[in-house]
Amino acid sequence: MIQIHCPYCGETLPELEFAYAGEAHINRPENPAEQTDEEWAEFLFIRDNVKGPHFERWRHLHGCGRFFNAVRNTITDRFYITYKAGEPRPDLATLLEEDNK
Amino acid sequence: MTRFNALNLVKNALSGHKNWTEQWPESQPKAEYDVVIVGAGGHGLGAAYYLAKQHGITNVAVIDKGWLGGGNTGRNTTIIRSNYLYDESARLFDHALDLWQDLSQELNYNVMYSNRGVLMLAHTVHDVQSFKRHVHANRLNGVDNRWLTPEECKEFCPPVNIAPDARYPVMGGALQERAGTARHDAVAWGYARGAAERGVDIIQNCAVTAIRRHPDGSVAGVETSKGFIKAKKVAVSASGHNSQVMETAGVRLPLESTPLQALVSEPVKPIFPCVVMSNAVHAYCSQSDKGELVIGSGTDQYVSYSQRGGLPLIEHTIAAISEVFPIFNRMRMLRKWGGIVDNTPDRSAIIGKTPVQNLYVNCGWGTGGFKATPGAAHTLAWTVAKDEPHPINAPFTLDRFRTGRLIDEAAAAAVAH
Repeated sequence: MIQIHCPYCGETLPELEFAYAGEAHINRPENPAEQTDEEWAEFLFIRDNVKGPHFERWRHLHGCGRFFNAVRNTITDRFYITYKAGEPRPDLATLLEEDNK
Repeated sequence: MTRFNALNLVKNALSGHKNWTEQWPESQPKAEYDVVIVGAGGHGLGAAYYLAKQHGITNVAVIDKGWLGGGNTGRNTTIIRSNYLYDESARLFDHALDLWQDLSQELNYNVMYSNRGVLMLAHTVHDVQSFKRHVHANRLNGVDNRWLTPEECKEFCPPVNIAPDARYPVMGGALQERAGTARHDAVAWGYARGAAERGVDIIQNCAVTAIRRHPDGSVAGVETSKGFIKAKKVAVSASGHNSQVMETAGVRLPLESTPLQALVSEPVKPIFPCVVMSNAVHAYCSQSDKGELVIGSGTDQYVSYSQRGGLPLIEHTIAAISEVFPIFNRMRMLRKWGGIVDNTPDRSAIIGKTPVQNLYVNCGWGTGGFKATPGAAHTLAWTVAKDEPHPINAPFTLDRFRTGRLIDEAAAAAVAH
């Protein structure tokens, strides 16, 4: 079973406690009224669907209940890092380099 | 290619089965094709077959990075049905079901289609209301589906536990009698053989790494591990990897790929006469002709290409199977596996044109692609040949995610289908 580290609780726990919440760092439009149909489609439906390191949101559903972000490899399902919502996107190259060590 | 019939069977039996001709040749890519299809699953091979047979387009290559039928075609639980809620889906899947009926005769290849019936169990009041709505909607669309009481469910499928104090009480079921199963590998093999006989090249172990476009934006061909192949038209039908292939042409898709898991038991004598699906507890079950129980599980919640999937889902499925069919409590499971399925937000497929001229896509079949194989193949071939959709697949556009005309089977079924 996948073990996930909750950055709020500070604990690494089984995936059963967590709910996946889709791709991360997709920002709500600032001015919804000015969005074109294409921009709405992109925001609502189009996803990177990355094969490899993937930025994604998780929620500690059966724990603290809070949302956080993670970088996970979608080929191996291995987590590189989890970090609190609102924190900037970590640099992928640095992450992968650290993981190789 | 030798035709399969009684005379040839006897002749070849007498010569020790040593003189059967190969069913399709090992093809190497030519420099140029009229149509290149990316992905040699049932859908892609079927599309090549119909292109050659119905549209007279035989200069076609089907290219796959693995072996034909080695992806989701060989990984699904072989369930075939068409009892979908919305008009568009009912038409598409019932079109496929019509083609399934005589597919073995059409291909001269036994795909072992068995209309043993698919029974969908209702465990809650909401299930009952929703399934009855499905039954009525289906009948208005000419799709067979009828309501069974718990006792009738038990009569149709004796292993079902209908005890009122069961963990998941059976409150009835919706039965589609024309639905059933088929031998999934044979579907790929049959279409491959039929296509190859008409001149289609099937190129295995050749990864398509990119789609190349002309300066005017239209499709030029595909880059592969065996070099560049020029193509007038390209159709992508690569299931879990559609996003990656299409991205090389600059087309972003509304897809998320997840593992869908299945497992089989040890083989036992015939005990399970039909297909039973239980959406509420998320377990699907049938018995293969070898005797194994074939059990379908759900999709993992996160994007993944692992072709493996998480164990918690399997545990959940087995718990559900044990509750609904207590007689299988002590069955031993032989193996489990996963296939990578591409899910759209509305859980309906996309078959049609793309913003790139002469590039077509057949994607987003999610957890329900196998049952649609002949229908998807037939309408994809039509779309490619005529550069316009068949009326049946016309609503299943990529553009619906911009216009908002979704075919929201996700809301209709509330589960994977």
